[in-house]
Amino acid sequence: MSSDATITDSGHDETVAEYPPSQPVHEGGHGHAEPTDKQYIGIALLLAVLTAIEIASTEAGWFSGAPLVTILLSLMVVKFLLVVGFFMHLRFDSRLFTLVFYIGVVFAIGLYGVMLATFHFWTG
Amino acid sequence: MSDATATDTAPAEEIPPGYDDGEDHIGLEHHTSTGLSNTKLAMWLFLGSECLLFGGLISTYMLYRNRQADQLGPDQLWDIPFTSATSFILLMSSLTMVMAVSAAKRREEQRTRLWLTVTAMLGGLFLAGQVYEFTVFYREGLGYTTSLFSSSFYTLTGFHGVHVAVGIVMLLSLVAMLRKNKVLGDKAETVEMVGLYWHFVDVVWIIIFTLVYLVPA
Repeated sequence: MSSDATITDSGHDETVAEYPPSQPVHEGGHGHAEPTDKQYIGIALLLAVLTAIEIASTEAGWFSGAPLVTILLSLMVVKFLLVVGFFMHLRFDSRLFTLVFYIGVVFAIGLYGVMLATFHFWTG
Repeated sequence: MSDATATDTAPAEEIPPGYDDGEDHIGLEHHTSTGLSNTKLAMWLFLGSECLLFGGLISTYMLYRNRQADQLGPDQLWDIPFTSATSFILLMSSLTMVMAVSAAKRREEQRTRLWLTVTAMLGGLFLAGQVYEFTVFYREGLGYTTSLFSSSFYTLTGFHGVHVAVGIVMLLSLVAMLRKNKVLGDKAETVEMVGLYWHFVDVVWIIIFTLVYLVPA
């Protein structure tokens, strides 16, 4: 393996080892290649369809009560995961970023879940 | 410092100033203890902390959504088709943002600026829709202090609107800085950081739209 000595735009000397083209795209990542522009458009269309299902479920009165709330919350979680995973590249990036973000999410859900329980939100 | 040199082989492609070489060299790309970009780590930490801010606002709204005065509640006020349209606009702005990041990674600067401008315009449309919605609600008698419901609703959606406005300022500033070549460090990473913020604003709206507008009170 040979090495290339380069100078970056910031002026720092940087010695970069040569890596084979098959090297995983991201260090510490989950080993997937990032989506192409066409795949991004596909994901956006999927998000639009899921939103349309959400709106139709509410407006057309297909469901009501607990089933409606379950469907809406499920679709919301799927949309959340799609945007965070694909558009924000969390699925393809370092697991440390995933950990840092989801610690915030889980802590918020736990904290405010307990807060709402204190005010008897869940029991009415 | 001397000019950029390659000892063994010449680079296959000329890299524009302000962009890295497009490769994620394992353990060598970022000179940090984690081997990851500190900027990116800081952004994810910031977004994690933002979850707590919006979690507090959303749960407060959920708690007070039935505390209304003068029968002015969600059922009388919400215009779901209109809010759905603005939600769709914000959702599509996430697509244009990811296209900007993708173009920046390919070092297509003109296309990056175009997608960033389109994203800012879509964000502006969403914000205009929110201002219109607030105006309609106010004319119907729902002031900020009318009820606990109105206070928590305006605070939650207002905070989100402020985040969108900040995002638009960031996008337009980035477009201007890219045009004048004033971006310090790696341009693609800078675009990606603004993108992360913008997508987070979209993610928060996904939650607000479902919990505030769609889930029945």
